[in-house]
Amino acid sequence: MWGQQVVFWLLAIAMGAAAIGVVRSRDVVHSVLFLVVVLAGAAAQYILLAAEFVAWVQVLIYIGAVVVLFLFGVMLTRSPMGHDSNRLDNDQRWAAGVVALLIFGVLTALLVDAFGGQQINFGPELVAQGSPQAIGSDLFRTFIVPFEVVSMLLLAALVGAVVMARKD
Amino acid sequence: MLNSVWIIPALPALSFVLVLFFGKRLPKRGAEIAITAVAASFIASCWAAVEWIDRVNAAEHGASIGAFFGKSVMFSGEGGAAVEPVVNSVTWWQNGGIDFGVGTYVDGLTVMMMFVVTLISLLVHIYSTGYMHDDRRYTWYYAGLSLFTASMLTLVVSAGTLQMLVGWELVGLCSFMLIGFWWEERENSRAAIKAFLMTRTGDIGLMIGIIVLFFAVGSFDIAKTNAYALNGASHHDILLVASVCLLIGIMGKSGQFPLHTWLPDAMAGPTPVSALIHAATMVVAGVYLGARLYPVFYEGFSIFNGGINMMALVGGITILVGASLAFVQRDIKKVLAYSTISQLGYMILALGVGAWVAAVFHLFTHAIFKALLFLGAGSVSHGGTHHSFDMREMGGLRKKMPITFWTFIIGSLALAGIFPLAGFWSKDEILVNAGSNGFELFLVVGLAGAFLTAAYMTRCVYLTFFGEYRGHHHPHESERSITTPLVILAGLTIVAGLINAAPLGIEKFTEWVEPTTNFPDLVHAEFDAPLAIISVSIALFAIGVMSYFLFRREESSALKGLTQRNRLARTGYTLLERKYYIDYLYENIIVEGIREPIARAMYWVNQNVIDALVNLVGRSAVRVGRFAYENIDQKGIDRAINASAAEFGVAGGELQRIQSGSVQRYALYIFAAVGAISVALFVLSVA
Amino acid sequence: MELNQFLILSAFIFAVGVYGVLARRNGVLVLMSVELMLNAVNLNLIAFSAFNQNINGQIFALFIIAVAAAEVGVGLAIILLIYRNLRSPDLDQVEQLKG
Repeated sequence: MWGQQVVFWLLAIAMGAAAIGVVRSRDVVHSVLFLVVVLAGAAAQYILLAAEFVAWVQVLIYIGAVVVLFLFGVMLTRSPMGHDSNRLDNDQRWAAGVVALLIFGVLTALLVDAFGGQQINFGPELVAQGSPQAIGSDLFRTFIVPFEVVSMLLLAALVGAVVMARKD
Repeated sequence: MLNSVWIIPALPALSFVLVLFFGKRLPKRGAEIAITAVAASFIASCWAAVEWIDRVNAAEHGASIGAFFGKSVMFSGEGGAAVEPVVNSVTWWQNGGIDFGVGTYVDGLTVMMMFVVTLISLLVHIYSTGYMHDDRRYTWYYAGLSLFTASMLTLVVSAGTLQMLVGWELVGLCSFMLIGFWWEERENSRAAIKAFLMTRTGDIGLMIGIIVLFFAVGSFDIAKTNAYALNGASHHDILLVASVCLLIGIMGKSGQFPLHTWLPDAMAGPTPVSALIHAATMVVAGVYLGARLYPVFYEGFSIFNGGINMMALVGGITILVGASLAFVQRDIKKVLAYSTISQLGYMILALGVGAWVAAVFHLFTHAIFKALLFLGAGSVSHGGTHHSFDMREMGGLRKKMPITFWTFIIGSLALAGIFPLAGFWSKDEILVNAGSNGFELFLVVGLAGAFLTAAYMTRCVYLTFFGEYRGHHHPHESERSITTPLVILAGLTIVAGLINAAPLGIEKFTEWVEPTTNFPDLVHAEFDAPLAIISVSIALFAIGVMSYFLFRREESSALKGLTQRNRLARTGYTLLERKYYIDYLYENIIVEGIREPIARAMYWVNQNVIDALVNLVGRSAVRVGRFAYENIDQKGIDRAINASAAEFGVAGGELQRIQSGSVQRYALYIFAAVGAISVALFVLSVA
Repeated sequence: MELNQFLILSAFIFAVGVYGVLARRNGVLVLMSVELMLNAVNLNLIAFSAFNQNINGQIFALFIIAVAAAEVGVGLAIILLIYRNLRSPDLDQVEQLKG
């Protein structure tokens, strides 16, 4: 238990700091790198929660693919890579901060009120549950139709992205 | 076949996809796929019909025409008259312990509808190869036709009301697409939108009705719904509410008064589409719904009591409104459109007076002769007037277009209900039943409708085919692909009525189509020879009177002068010409009446409430800022407060221009509102 | 371990994502903030999946990851389009909705 707690807090602090880095960094590329830290931290948290398969999917898809996409996006739109923070933020910074704090506050209050003191029960079942085998059998039995729908969605997104981004 | 009727709608649906994707590259630009698919569907429907008849006979006599055909399809012949419908369904999805199924429900009505839909659709497909030949969206047109047919067939075979709704909406969508087929002209796209919105108004009723029935029955299943309605324990009020709501849906779809005004405008589409809409698909969907869920209406409106009920009343009014409006039209297709409205009125009336078989039989015969008339009108415009439907440009086409002329005459006589054509048998059956079930008022309405029908069709035929040619083209007979369907339909028009010719002792239609399970015990009226003679004579009288006026030019001009001379006649004519001001009521009074006050109210709220609020917020924020500046900052506590106050001042100023157009600004409002509402809810729940 | 540890961490990242969506001007950065929010939701789902001993939460997280990939693709295409039309990736240039 102790070890888990230590790992959790280390990860949580790193993720929190990196998340703030994503939204406050003055350089777009730095933001992307901070995002990698958050995503990796999330993957580590999944492992902590015994969701092994999801963690690897997170690493492969998010860190492997999505982040690369973001780097391409930065490159193609020639986003400013200098140190001009004002160029990256708009004029509703303060209001946005207030709203974000409000949302964080109300969520925290709500969570403490609803789930305060509830423990996650770590046991062998939990570990078995997150295995690729269990997920695969559930995904291709119970959730086969949504799975196929998602594949259609990805195809549509692919075509849509090509159509929109094409020069003509 | 009865267990696999899903193939019948699936084929045109498949053809829709194929035509859409590959049609343009094919030698006939996609028409061949569509025609093949519909022809296959038609053959499958015929097969299903034969099997169904076999099943009925097996149940009744223990005999089987299947054996006669050399097949070994034998059904459990128990000797009883009950013929169970063939139901196949699979669970689509489950939610809250309720299965939502899709499937097929096959009984006589389904089989009959499948036959009619595929037959008419097939002929329309063939006809269109000639009629639409030069259209630039030819392939697209065939894709639309295929989808239209597929949707109607889906509606017809569906085993549950929810699935029916899907087909129903698809039919509406397809008719929207095809009515607005030539959307380059503003008028056509307006007509399409009008048709869509108007039927949609009715669809609200349908949807509520389906939901009410679902909660009453606990299932979307048609068989269960009908069983529930007939089961004595059912709550009459619920059935009444459900049937009123469903009737509103039918009114929208089947062009019943007062939601009928979209139908004449729907003539903006290509003529073969009009034939399909008016004969086999769109508009009969409503009648089909009424026939399918008939026990609900029967119990809901207490039809067994006789007298007057809402369904019969709607039908009766529609007969008269449609028929009288058909008189003043100059466009041949609009005459036919109003006549469709009036004939649909007959069907609804028949359902309302407890003449189920008559209603469905009329649907059957009407589909055939109305398709004939529409295709004939299309042929006239194709060969005679070069794509004009104005009867003032026609005339004298009798000699030039003999096939079109004779088939059109047969169709008109059938519509007028002249012995022994199809329309006579079905219309007569409606009238007989109305009389014998205690609906004398509607018997009179029906007879009046028969008079009007015969008269306006005489006028239409006269203006189109007799007299002098008034157009500016060289009329010629249309090509084979157009006349062949006309001849086939004319032949069917002559013989179709005999399938249920009571005085000749043939009542096959009743035997095959009328359900025997989950169905109210309807009284079948005996054939009434005097009434038949009366109705035919009324029609002949109307034809005679009209012909007299029309052929004797001077009288006809006297009749024309009548509107100038007689004030009452003029008022009547204007009233008819303005379509009883119903469209005016909808467009100018209701739409304007709603739009103006709402717009004004919104403007007022904007000017007075929102602006005032925004100004207040802005001003007080600035005041807070100034207060902060003067009191707190001066005391040197923190500059950040000053900054945030200024920020609030800026925000207040910004709020005045709430419509900034910036997406992120909108997102800010949304998140702020979500946060505020969450706080409020949280505080409320804790407190 | 407490369930709330994870949930509150997720709430924090979500709130940071909200801030980013609202305050960042650059379109790519806004999309990255959206990813932060999606990840927060995923963390939530996984935590509940462990808490309830129910695998469905993980399946949902997988679906969200797949949909997020599609979303990034389309979103970047849109931003590219904005960039091409307005010569800038900044979202506050997009104000054609202005009333």
